Amino acid sequence: MRLVYFARVREALGRDVEDIDFPGKVQTVAEALDWLASQSPSHAEAFADRSKLRFALDQRMVKADAAISGASEFAIFPPVTGG
Amino acid sequence: MIRVSIQTEAFDIAAEAAMLERLGVGAVATFTGIVRADDGVTAIELEHYPGMTEASLSDICEEALQRWGLAGCTIIHRVGRMEVGEPIVLVLAAAAHRAAALEACAYLIDRLKTDAPFWKKEYRDADAVWVEAKASDTQRATRWD
Repeated sequence: MRLVYFARVREALGRDVEDIDFPGKVQTVAEALDWLASQSPSHAEAFADRSKLRFALDQRMVKADAAISGASEFAIFPPVTGG
Repeated sequence: MIRVSIQTEAFDIAAEAAMLERLGVGAVATFTGIVRADDGVTAIELEHYPGMTEASLSDICEEALQRWGLAGCTIIHRVGRMEVGEPIVLVLAAAAHRAAALEACAYLIDRLKTDAPFWKKEYRDADAVWVEAKASDTQRATRWD
């Protein structure tokens, strides 16, 4: 699955994209964040405050309990601040 | 008619309004967002999610078109670096009468602020800070639910 990061999340991780194969037990957005955080300190730090994160699967906004199966693009970013 | 554009260059408000005026309906409402000189801000930088941004803005326009029976609407949002006083975003709504045009225009910018994947960084000379989302913007957008 392709992960894409924007704004503060992108800067915290030092990358805007990475390809991740999640283990089968990882089924939701929240579980994916937990798993990534367990893999690296920089992910743990970037995802520490979940209230400051928003998500999109295949470019549609979703909640943290959304199932990730079948999605090809998983975006993680801060609350939006355009306009 | 829906027109959505994400661009680095400035926009021509008169030209954009003229496109909607040619539809021959009675009212065109316009909103322009400008880089504000908030406590020492010298410039901003806008980042977005290519693809999702365009889809999100088109959805917002589609919703407004249905809800207010608009003849047309336009959203143009700039990305990249902009100095204080420069225009950031332009929203237009064309309808038969002023109430629909004005309300739809407010709806479009309110929804854009909470739904469209843009992120704003403020510069105070060399210092850069990501702007925090405001609860008041979310509050404002919920009045259209």
